[in-house]
Amino acid sequence: MNGLLTLLVLLPLAGFLVNGLLGRRLGPVFVNIVGVGLPLAAFGVAVWAWRILETGGAEPLIETVFTWALIGDHAFEVSFYLDRLSAVMALIVTGVGALIHIYSIGYMKGDESYARYFAYLNLFLFFMLLLVLGRSLLVLFVGWEGVGLASYLLIGFWFQDVDKARAGRKAFITNRVGDAGFLLGMFLIFTAVGTLEMDQINQAFAGGLIPAGIATAVGILLFIGATGKSAQIPLHVWLPDAMAGPTPVSALIHAATMVTAGVYLIARMSGVYLEAPAASTLIAVIGLLTAFLAATIALVQTDIKKVLAYSTISQLGFMFLALGVGAYAVAVFHLFTHAFFKAALFLGAGSVIHALSGEQDIRRMGGLARRIPWTSGTFLVATAAIAGLPPLAGFFSKDEILWFALASGQGGSVWLWLLGSLTAFLTALYMFRLYWLVFLGRSRMAPEVAEHVHESPWPMTSVLVVLALFSVIAGWFALPHYLEGALPAPDLRFAWPILHWALILFAVLIAVAGVFAARHLYGNGGQRAEAIEQRFARIHRLLAGKYFVDEVYDRLLQRPWRWVSDRIFLRLGDRLLLDGSLHGLAALARRGAAGLARVQSGSLHWYAWMTLLGLVAVLIWMWRYV
Amino acid sequence: MDDTTLLLALSGLLFVLGLVGVIVRRNLLVMLMFLELMLNGVILSLVVFTQLLGAEAGAVLVFLVFVVAAAEIAIAVPILLLLVRTGHTLDPGAYAGLKG
Amino acid sequence: MSEALALNLLLFLPVVGGILLLMLPERRPNLVRGLAMVVLLAQLALAAWLYLRFQAGVPGLQFETRLPWIPAWGVHYHIALDGLNLLLVLLTAFLGPIVVAGAFTSITRDVKLFHGMVMFIQFTMLGTFLAQDLFLFYVFWEAMLIPMFLIIGIWGGERRIYATLKFFLYTAFGSILMLAAVIYLAHTVLTADGTPSFAFADLYELGLGVQVQTLLLAAFALSFAIKVPMVPLHTWLPDAHVEAPTAGSVILAGVLLKMGTYGFVKLGFPLFPDAALLATPLIMTLAVISIIYGAGLALVQDDIKKIIAYSSVSHLGYVMLGLVSYNLLGVQGAIIQMVSHGLVAGGLFLMVGMIYERCHSRDLAKYGGLAKLLPAYSVFFMILTLAAIGLPTTSGFTGEFLVLLGAFNGAWPQFEQGVSHPLVLASLAVLGIVLGALYMLRLARRLLFGETRAPVSGLRDLSLREAGILGVLVLAVFYIGLFPNDLLQKTEQAAMEYQERMLAVRDGEIER
Repeated sequence: MNGLLTLLVLLPLAGFLVNGLLGRRLGPVFVNIVGVGLPLAAFGVAVWAWRILETGGAEPLIETVFTWALIGDHAFEVSFYLDRLSAVMALIVTGVGALIHIYSIGYMKGDESYARYFAYLNLFLFFMLLLVLGRSLLVLFVGWEGVGLASYLLIGFWFQDVDKARAGRKAFITNRVGDAGFLLGMFLIFTAVGTLEMDQINQAFAGGLIPAGIATAVGILLFIGATGKSAQIPLHVWLPDAMAGPTPVSALIHAATMVTAGVYLIARMSGVYLEAPAASTLIAVIGLLTAFLAATIALVQTDIKKVLAYSTISQLGFMFLALGVGAYAVAVFHLFTHAFFKAALFLGAGSVIHALSGEQDIRRMGGLARRIPWTSGTFLVATAAIAGLPPLAGFFSKDEILWFALASGQGGSVWLWLLGSLTAFLTALYMFRLYWLVFLGRSRMAPEVAEHVHESPWPMTSVLVVLALFSVIAGWFALPHYLEGALPAPDLRFAWPILHWALILFAVLIAVAGVFAARHLYGNGGQRAEAIEQRFARIHRLLAGKYFVDEVYDRLLQRPWRWVSDRIFLRLGDRLLLDGSLHGLAALARRGAAGLARVQSGSLHWYAWMTLLGLVAVLIWMWRYV
Repeated sequence: MDDTTLLLALSGLLFVLGLVGVIVRRNLLVMLMFLELMLNGVILSLVVFTQLLGAEAGAVLVFLVFVVAAAEIAIAVPILLLLVRTGHTLDPGAYAGLKG
Repeated sequence: MSEALALNLLLFLPVVGGILLLMLPERRPNLVRGLAMVVLLAQLALAAWLYLRFQAGVPGLQFETRLPWIPAWGVHYHIALDGLNLLLVLLTAFLGPIVVAGAFTSITRDVKLFHGMVMFIQFTMLGTFLAQDLFLFYVFWEAMLIPMFLIIGIWGGERRIYATLKFFLYTAFGSILMLAAVIYLAHTVLTADGTPSFAFADLYELGLGVQVQTLLLAAFALSFAIKVPMVPLHTWLPDAHVEAPTAGSVILAGVLLKMGTYGFVKLGFPLFPDAALLATPLIMTLAVISIIYGAGLALVQDDIKKIIAYSSVSHLGYVMLGLVSYNLLGVQGAIIQMVSHGLVAGGLFLMVGMIYERCHSRDLAKYGGLAKLLPAYSVFFMILTLAAIGLPTTSGFTGEFLVLLGAFNGAWPQFEQGVSHPLVLASLAVLGIVLGALYMLRLARRLLFGETRAPVSGLRDLSLREAGILGVLVLAVFYIGLFPNDLLQKTEQAAMEYQERMLAVRDGEIER
């Protein structure tokens, strides 16, 4: 049916407009109906569109809405494109999105800006759908910037708190750095190919018409954009701070959907990356480094949301590793499974924070398993899923990534696999550390907090159960197989099934080892862990300080720029040189005039003498020259 | 030396005489009279040149200058009177403050 | 009614309005305001009608009027619309009623004179845009100084005398040199074919030598660059903005600055193409420096008006970059960016004026958390901030995106021939979007977020009148952001003619 995709995109926009303009006046029930109902409807429409796609034999649906600009021969059209890749993305976005909207009913209850919250959340969905459904890079970019805006607004949702407002600004500006790279990549593509429609770009690059140098440059520039949105090194610094937003927002935007936009972008532009092996290698290396370093940081964080934030960065790193070795469908597979278990983890964390009246420090938790059983149970399932225990979702997707890191014909190597496996071990370790410290062991809560511990209301727990369920079964969909037609798959360096099975076994062993290591270290009050901390105090400080990247950026970028602006531009340039020379000229004129004014003494005789002098001078001149 | 040169010399002499008078005298009224003498010197030269070149416009200009000079005196003398009335002296040095 | 007649009416309506204003009693300020509003609304209606009637894709001038004015010198009263001035005329007419509505409560002294001056400046600005005769252009260009001088000088802030003097000296200095160039040009046309002429169309055909062109362009460009303003000729702008009353700032940022960029694209570059091409690296460098320099300065200001003033320097850098890209996308983007900046900066100045009226302070340090106190105000401020940052769906994005894309696209062929500096500059300009976000979000964060703080208590949110003004502006901002195609179609022909003219000269040079 025509107009279906447009309808899908416009539903959340309608929610934003209605709730934004009227929500405050019409009360929370109305806000719920609009703010939750429309995303649910959007999910329904997405399913419907997906059915149409499947009955049409996976032939992409293209829907042109209007021409944004027509300049010379270049038409910039707003059009939507639904193939299996964008269908999967749209289903994740609307599905997980709708669930998190439902959860928010419970979480945000009684907040004074309830309507504003749902308006922003709907706005986010609108832009995210633009992002995944846009056919042209331009539409994608509109969504790309738009989700950044929604993220900015939601991180700083409680804007009275300066730190939260500041975190929002940091997220926006860090993303903008990436966006500058994205824009340049887009310009280069437009210059080389003459269009921004992504299917045509892929064809042009795949057709070998574009020089390899340009493909590499485009690849790197687009990846810079992706590092911004998907929080990869060196632009990862905003995501941990972004946890200042309400927890459902962290789950939806900063775990399940928006941060995966970079993965989607690169998967979508796979045609470019097939021609740019150097850029692909860069992606794999950066992705793996990010995964590893973020995992090491996650080991020592004490804020429950920060641990999850670094875990997200780490998992995104895994996805980029897959992209870098050409296993695009596998990256999307991990994106898919990650969306469920990470959303479950964040929402579970939200439920914990809710139960503990706002406490986020895991050093002041413990023993919660019996007090809030639903939260604890679902959290355990999701933790096991992310740790890669079979047969849960994370096991399948992570195993595939590690396999391709080793076996891919497009840059797979032993080193990638080794470090990847080590990171997988760390993942199991820090996640079970979190579980142990929060839910098991003795309670370390403050007494007044402990008294009020309560299980969350049903809108929250029911969503947790659904997400936990998907954390179990999401891996059973053979998504890479499903996406074969939409995304290219790499050749294998060696197709030995035995090796594959051995690796799977190894991966399971690693995950189990991680769990036992966590139990060993944190099982009885965490004394062993503390002993290690004290023994390696310097390393601990480095990790707890997140490798001091923020501080380095502050010293190397932010302060110098302010210094240059203030000292060079303002004081030296504007005040001293420009205004200074101007004022100097003015002063010169004034002083010169004052000097000349002295000639006018007021004495008539003096004037007469001057006349005589002038007369004589004229006469001499005439006698001399005329 | 023909008439023209003689007349021009006379005009120059009148002008210089007037100028010297303005310089050496300290009485505003007298200075004003010397000023008129200078003006007359200039007018004389104007007449001479008019005659020499046969330009009628020159003659008209001469009359114009006369009229202006008369008007000037008509304004200058009352100013002098006012000055005397307020400053009680005709010494120009006393009015140096008028330079503005 | 014929369109040409309507165009004349559009131009002279403020004069008629001004004369009518003079007859009203000073004691009835609301009557004065009402009349001014009616006149300017009528003007806007005319401008909108003309915009709709304007034919896209037709070469040359439309709705021309050409009458002899000073026949002995070949001066004509010659006005017309083309793709370059169409949107600027519409913008001028659009901002007129907004200025009057915005000054409703802020101007209480000499109301009649003030509205007379607004009429006067509308007349001169429209005249500058519409003129197709250099003499006429110059007259309007200079006359525009008088009302602006008075608006800042009479209704301005504490240091208004300093600001007006600086503004006047800068602009007058530029104008003098331009006058010399105009006289030279008139002289040249006279000796070349016997009949004197000041018509742009004739001047385009002159074909002067490169050296002469360079001198003349320098004279014109100085005058235009001061008005834009380009670094390093910009220091009059922050002072003028800070001291000007809100209405003055809106006119200044909204329309007046565009006279500089319009001058470049309509006169400076096409009249002296060889020299312009020679100077392109310089102009492009200055444009990029303006973008970065303005952004840096905006970051370290604590006066809200100064922040927006410096942001104007940065934003008009984009316009200049687009104009010297000699690429259709870039030129079109520059035209949109001019309009967009007029709406966004105008709107931001209005909003600063509104908060100033309530609190009598523009010191950023005294504010905080206004989103709590003034929710409606904050929503509008946020939207305009985002438009200034160039967020997609707002007009700022349309302009900046097309300019940057055009600059990059136009620089690429040169890059392939081994000339890399345009590409480097275009890429540097993209960094401007980061720096822009930096200072605008700092402003928004300090003003709207954080702990609630304001110099006076008991603030009231936007009145219906204020919300109405801002609503109209924001609608226009979104319209240009979402559906710019209609505007682009109308300007395309003129942009193409400009671009082809410049490229023809450039490619001709390569052949030589």
